[in-house]
Parts: sequence; C-alpha cells; structure tokens
Amino acid sequence: MQRHLISAADLTRDDAVLILDTAEEMARVADRPIKKLPTLRGRTVVNLFFEDSTRTRISFEAAEKRLSADVINFTAKGSSVSKGESLKDTAQTLEAMGVDAVVIRHGASGAPYRLATSGWIDAHVINAGDGTHQHPTQALLDAFTMRRRLVGRDTGLGQDLSGRRITLVGDVLHSRVARSNVDLLHTLGAEVTLVAPPTLLPVGVEAWPCEVSYDLDRTLPKSDAVMMLRVQRERMKAAFFPTEREYSRRYGLDGERMRRMPDHAIVMHPGPMVRGMEITAEVADSERCTVVEQVTNGVSIRMAVLYLLLGGNEPALTQAARTTEEK
Amino acid sequence: MDTHSDARPVLEGPDIARVLTRIAHEIVERAKGADDVVLLGIPTRGVFLAQRLAAKLEQVTERKVPVGSLDITMYRDDLRMHPPRALARTEIPGDGIDGRLVVLVDDVLFSGRTIRAALDALNDIGRPRAVQLAVLVDRGHRELPIRADYVGKNLPTSLRETVKVLLAEEDGRDTVLLGAKQPAP
Repeated sequence: MQRHLISAADLTRDDAVLILDTAEEMARVADRPIKKLPTLRGRTVVNLFFEDSTRTRISFEAAEKRLSADVINFTAKGSSVSKGESLKDTAQTLEAMGVDAVVIRHGASGAPYRLATSGWIDAHVINAGDGTHQHPTQALLDAFTMRRRLVGRDTGLGQDLSGRRITLVGDVLHSRVARSNVDLLHTLGAEVTLVAPPTLLPVGVEAWPCEVSYDLDRTLPKSDAVMMLRVQRERMKAAFFPTEREYSRRYGLDGERMRRMPDHAIVMHPGPMVRGMEITAEVADSERCTVVEQVTNGVSIRMAVLYLLLGGNEPALTQAARTTEEK
Repeated sequence: MDTHSDARPVLEGPDIARVLTRIAHEIVERAKGADDVVLLGIPTRGVFLAQRLAAKLEQVTERKVPVGSLDITMYRDDLRMHPPRALARTEIPGDGIDGRLVVLVDDVLFSGRTIRAALDALNDIGRPRAVQLAVLVDRGHRELPIRADYVGKNLPTSLRETVKVLLAEEDGRDTVLLGAKQPAP
C-alpha cells in the first residue's frame, strides 16, 4: 500500500481491518446533531468522474464534506475532456491548482494507476472504479456490511471475516466489484464462491483465490452472504446468454431461493439493482437485503479511507504495511 | 516492563482510590448535589477514571451518574505532524449533554492541547450548561490558558521527565510513574 488506494489487492489484512475499525467510529458521526469533523480542513479533494455514477460520487462527496475538506466536482461531460483534453493535461491542471487528493472514476481499466504512477501529480489517488478492473472502496464497504451483520458491530472490531462463506452471483466478467471483492475477502480470510454462466466468467478465473460454480441452488445453503451482481448491459457487446428470462431463472434470486439460504445469511447488491433480472422485488425489499445499509456504510468507509490517507503527515496504511513486512 | 525500570512511583493503588474519592466529593460539593453531572472520559485511561469516578459519585449521591467517552483524535492540532492515529470510541450517554454539567476526565494534564481539542469536540455534540475538568495528575508546562477544576495530585516535573499512569483495566495495576524521558530510538 502506497499513498494511493488503487486496488483492493494492495491492502494487507491489517490495513483492511484498520479501515473497517476506523469506519466503525466514523459511522457514529452520522448519529450526531452536527455531522462534521474538522479533520481535513484546508485540504482540497477533486472528484474526477469520467464515467456516470450517482451513488459513488455522492457518497465520496458526503464523506469529504463530513471531514471538512474542500470539494471540487469534475465530470467529463461539459468539461475540457469533451473538447479532447487528455488525462495527462487534466491531471496537470489539477496539480497546478494544488489539489491534495483525486478521487477518480474512469471507463478505462488502469487509468487511476496511470494517474498515480505517472509523476503527473503529487496528490493521493483514490480509485472510485476503473473499467472492469477495481472498485476498492466498494469492496471495503461490502466487507464492512458483512462484518457488522455476521460478526457484530462491537464484537467485530479488530476482527476479519475468517471462515465466512461469501457467494458472488452474476456478471463477474464485467464486474470490477467482483474483482475487488474477491481480492479483499480473500485477504480477510473469507471463502469466496463465484456463481455465473461460463460466458460471464473472465479468462483466468481459475487463478483467482476463490471457487467457481455454475449451480446457484447448491451454493445457496452454504452461504453466509450472497452478493448479486448487476448484469452490465452497457458493457456487453455480444450475446452472453440466450434470453434474460433464462438468465434470471438460473441465476436470479427470488423469494423461494432466498428461503434456501441459512437463517442468518444476508443478501447484498452493490446497486443499481435491476429488479426482475438478477433480483426480484420480494428479495430486494426483504429484511435480509442490505442494499440501503451498504449505501450508508459507503460514506463511513470513504471517510475512513480519506482520513487514513490524508489525515496525517503520511498515510497510516503505509505504516501498517511496513509493520507487517517486518514480522 | 523494562521501559519503566528507572521510573519511580509517585502514586500507588490506594492513593489513586483515595484521590478519586476526594474528587467525587469535590464535584458533589461544587455542583451542589451533582444531579445534572455527565462524566466524559478521554480515551484511553481517562475513560476508566471516569467510570471509577462515576461509581464513587453514585455511592455519595445514591443516584446513577451518566458516564461516557470523548475521542479527540480528529480534533487534535498536531494531526498533520504524525501519521493518522487509530480512532477511539466516542460514547455520549443517552440523554446527551445539552444543559448538563459536563466533567471531562483525563489521566495527565500537560500542555492543555488535548483539553482544547476536547472542548472543540464537545462543541459539535451539544451545548453543556458548563464544562469542568478533572485530572489525576497535573504535571504543569501548560501551552494554552487551560486549568483543571479537580486535581488528583500536582506533580512538578521537568520537560525531561515522563509521567505514565497505569490503570488495572488497561495495564493490570494501578500506579503513576515518574521517569526520565527515553532518548528517541
């Protein structure tokens, strides 16, 4: 872990647990009459969004504002990018303005890495989703939601997800959320199973630290959490399954399937949901579905990441990484 | 505990218990009954002291005294000088602090910067009727115009010395140690 958060795979177990523990304290700020901390006063954070996003951008913005950072929102639409400006020139413009951190969402996998390692800017780079590559804060907020629900709010402090069985269902091929989750959940000791039609699994998935199955019904009874992934039609340029009906019959989660899960098991979805496709309204609106909770937790996680990267004279996570190396 | 080998105890377990009993009585006396007192400990050891003080106050007043904790990490003025610290718990008792007499509790009063941060943190949580400060040890060397209302022991020190409070809840024993500052490793 450097000064940036580019990939969930860069986080050590101790880094990840520190972020989750910090987020648990950040979550308490939301219960106060004044939901604000002075911690990042005078620091400027740019939200650089080249790709559409509502919840991630708003979530980052809320987190930045709760920590008193100065926030600049930049969307590709209506900016110089639509006139043909390159990422490099945009970055150098931001650098010239004295920006402390850049939260970047980009359609091209690897754009945040390029930004962080190119020497174009000094700012901390936080990946808010790049192409089909990574979305580390989403993986962190998912792990946070699982720890709260499966281990407990207070008993979870300092704990990882050892031995918990997590199932990810659906469009793994196009999903940066799936990649990030597999990396982070593996680091945290969970056992991950991917369930998807063979056409929606990426090449080389056998090398990922997880199991793969094509049979949802056999996996459900052995799951502590089931995460449904959205079928990303906007990224699909070929036919990956015969019909939507067939997809939802084999890989969609309906009430009957949900009842086959253990009683304590939860249903998760990174949003936005396509009701009737990967998840039915009955499941989406049930007690066991954590979609709304995940959004709330997203703000806490992003506050934690911003604090740990920007709050001091050097990132806390670098130190955590260093101490694990010394062991 | 080799880091404390050359440190000498200035307060032992029974002294600490006596000091807390005295402070509890002082709080009741000054607040004329302490019916609206809320104790907020500053992590880590201030929280244990606040809990002990609450127990003593309950003995004296025969009423339940709300006790909580106030983490000041995010309000520190030296945040930019160190890597970010791990956060501790802020736990405000159910009825809040509005209109109450808040007594902040900490182990050692030194520069006063922690208390300044605590006052800022309180500001974001509510508006107490008044804020007072109780500390186990006042070692002097204030850098801000802040003083304690209740002091367990005034301990004149030099800046080359360290004061370390050990409490059973965290360290397995009760004692206050005065030692020489270790040279930076």
